[in-house]
Amino acid sequence: MAEYRLEMKGVSKSFPGVKALDKIHLKVRPGTVHALMGENGAGKSTLMKCLFGIYKMDEGEIYLDGEKMSILNPDDALHKGLAMVHQELQPIPDRTIAENMYLGRYPLISYGPIKVINHKKMNEEAAKWLENVRMPYDPKAKLGSLSIAQMQSVEIAKAVSMSAKVVILDEPTSSLTDNEVEALFRIVRDLKSRGVSLIYISHKMAEIREIADDITIMRDGTYVGTWEVKDISDDEIVRQMVGRELTNVYPPKELSNSDEVLLEVKDLCSIFDRSFQHVSFKLKRGEILGFGGLVGAQRTELMEAIFGMRHVKSGEVIMNGKPIHVTRPRDAIRDGIGMITEDRRGTGILGCLSIADNVSISSLNNYLKVGPMLDVGKIENLVKDNVAKLSIKTPSSKTLIQSLSGGNQQKVIIARWLANNPDVLIMDEPTRGIDVGAKYEIYQIMISLAKQGKGIIMISSEMPELIGVSHRIEVMCDGKITGEVSGEEATQENIMGLATKFN
Amino acid sequence: MTKKVDIKKLIADNGIIIVLLLLVLVTGLTRDNFFSLNNLSNISVNTAARVIIAFGVSGCLITKGTDLSAGRQVGLSACIAGTLLQTADYSGKFFPNLGDVPIPLVLLICIGVCCIFGLINGIVISYLNVPAFIGTLGMQLMVYGICLVYSKATPLGGYRRDYTGIATGKFLGIPYMFIIAFVIGLIMWFVYNYTRHGKYMYAIGGNEAAAEVSGVNVKKTKIIIYMTAAGLYAIAGFLLGAKSGGASVNMGLSYELEAIAACTIGGVSVNGGIGRISGVVIGVLVFELLKSSMQFLGIPTDYQYIVQGFVIIVAIALDIRKYIAKK
Repeated sequence: MAEYRLEMKGVSKSFPGVKALDKIHLKVRPGTVHALMGENGAGKSTLMKCLFGIYKMDEGEIYLDGEKMSILNPDDALHKGLAMVHQELQPIPDRTIAENMYLGRYPLISYGPIKVINHKKMNEEAAKWLENVRMPYDPKAKLGSLSIAQMQSVEIAKAVSMSAKVVILDEPTSSLTDNEVEALFRIVRDLKSRGVSLIYISHKMAEIREIADDITIMRDGTYVGTWEVKDISDDEIVRQMVGRELTNVYPPKELSNSDEVLLEVKDLCSIFDRSFQHVSFKLKRGEILGFGGLVGAQRTELMEAIFGMRHVKSGEVIMNGKPIHVTRPRDAIRDGIGMITEDRRGTGILGCLSIADNVSISSLNNYLKVGPMLDVGKIENLVKDNVAKLSIKTPSSKTLIQSLSGGNQQKVIIARWLANNPDVLIMDEPTRGIDVGAKYEIYQIMISLAKQGKGIIMISSEMPELIGVSHRIEVMCDGKITGEVSGEEATQENIMGLATKFN
Repeated sequence: MTKKVDIKKLIADNGIIIVLLLLVLVTGLTRDNFFSLNNLSNISVNTAARVIIAFGVSGCLITKGTDLSAGRQVGLSACIAGTLLQTADYSGKFFPNLGDVPIPLVLLICIGVCCIFGLINGIVISYLNVPAFIGTLGMQLMVYGICLVYSKATPLGGYRRDYTGIATGKFLGIPYMFIIAFVIGLIMWFVYNYTRHGKYMYAIGGNEAAAEVSGVNVKKTKIIIYMTAAGLYAIAGFLLGAKSGGASVNMGLSYELEAIAACTIGGVSVNGGIGRISGVVIGVLVFELLKSSMQFLGIPTDYQYIVQGFVIIVAIALDIRKYIAKK
């Protein structure tokens, strides 16, 4: 057996104007978990796309079990034993779990010249593989009825069913609860013991410690090095990743001393019985209010309802002492609320538009000159100010937002709301999929906004972030607020206790 | 090095325009009179009406919609104008007892009527969430039917001199129609680039859900787009009637398809969010030049349709390819 299951040698890839990868090496031993780390924009995804033949490498070689390979496309990769569980899953929600698992390789029965899909066999096989990864869902259920975490396990089951030699997990835990992460790790260890190699892309240090054997670090499209995880400290990993010392993960909190209530929510109920019910809370001026809970606790649904993206059956939202009536985002914006949504690509960025347009879109009303005519000069200044203030890394404000890294895209969305100057800013998973350096900058922005007297609501599924940044934390479980902890008293244990307080 | 790549990309992105311009060049060099002032002026007049329609359609396309009722609205507008602007002594006068209606009033009536259909299009698409393709397809049939009922399917003719003069008249040697199209183009360019409405339009095309979350009034913006489009079809129909000196219910048939094709050739993306007024002008111009060259080359009309259809498919295929290559 070859020393390495998968070896990528001197892989380079250029796009017009950028060298995305510069002679990257990756050597994955059989039956190990190999962590691939680097800030967003370091080139991890590009490297994986080269591996799967989605991009053509400019130079470099790929060896699988010591044999030189050229991989033409993702389908070819699958047949050669490479499987990937994507960061952003691309399932077909309206088809069944089994159909999604066997898409493109349905088991067939032949009736003479006519081939028909063998649904019975497909469903049985799917059930078997789901059982194998201990996710016993009904293979005939629609995929769309599952949570993101569950869909992910379906993807893993699919990879396992194809007897993959190398499975790539791209930020698999970004939307998983702790229990689900445990379940995932159990599957990962199981795969490992069967000799499968895994490439694990993640920003979460604790997970790397727990699950990975080796680690390869990339920075700005270059190869930094490969270590055994036991030989390298957390600080060292971060230092190698960012190329600078990061002393604090969270900026110091400054206690707010205002008692003025900015936003009050009273007994808010969703139109759906299974969503949030009887939710009440208060947000004070200058406060960062965290919202903790498991995935599915209906935190996002609650915030989207306050912002007018979802319907409410009963209850009251009071802003600056006055009840407000919000039925669509426009109303909420008019009343001084801004919202950074969880799904950046789906409801955040305007992909094919420039940074300038993305920043100014929600505040154009403030820049009307005569009638519907815009004051273009003023808008340019606004954009320039914000790009500088948030240190958004971009060649120009005319650059398309889709060409930026996740962290910079998120900063553009924050800039959009800063331009609008809301009193209350709701941030739903503001640092999801964002590298360490950009995370810190986003925390700093939040703290400085709070200092200016704004109120900030932050939903976060990352416990340390929740504790590190919030002044106060409301914890939700199953659509209800199950408790409140102050920033000082908050520990992972007491939040978890409240988050799992089912009736 | 980088310059070389750019040229390659330029050719790939504008392939169809380059091929069509070569065709024009070949026609011009092999046929007399193609580059004559008379023919160019003729092309500019043809282009003028078509570009006005394409301006309207472009807004729909940029917001990921489309407007299949464009051609029929053009026809309806031409018929309305025709019935109201016949000479008093014309034997087949549609309204025998109608006096001389002022031309601006007729234009306003045409615009007003079409805007009602545009409004309905907009409401159906934004409030009833009917896909633009289906909603405007239904409207296409309805407008045709209404036009048949209104005109009783009689061909119209015997127009007043002052009406047809709009098409034939020139100012300092420049056809009025060219000037009208140019002014409308300027206004549209300004609207697309320097107004809130324009920015909202691109935002909706880029990501409708995100635009909604950012506080954009998506429904209102779409309704304005479809109404503006209808108003432009009305103007185009009014001018086309003047140009041909007559109108019938079949006027404007499938003009929407040519407008969509021209927009696409000019870089308006059928995936939404992308498109410039200058591109629309180039697209329509190239398409009209293609038609004119084919005439000069003596290609029979029947075959011309085959070529035009082919060009439309190639143009859209190339357009899509651009975004696939971008990944």
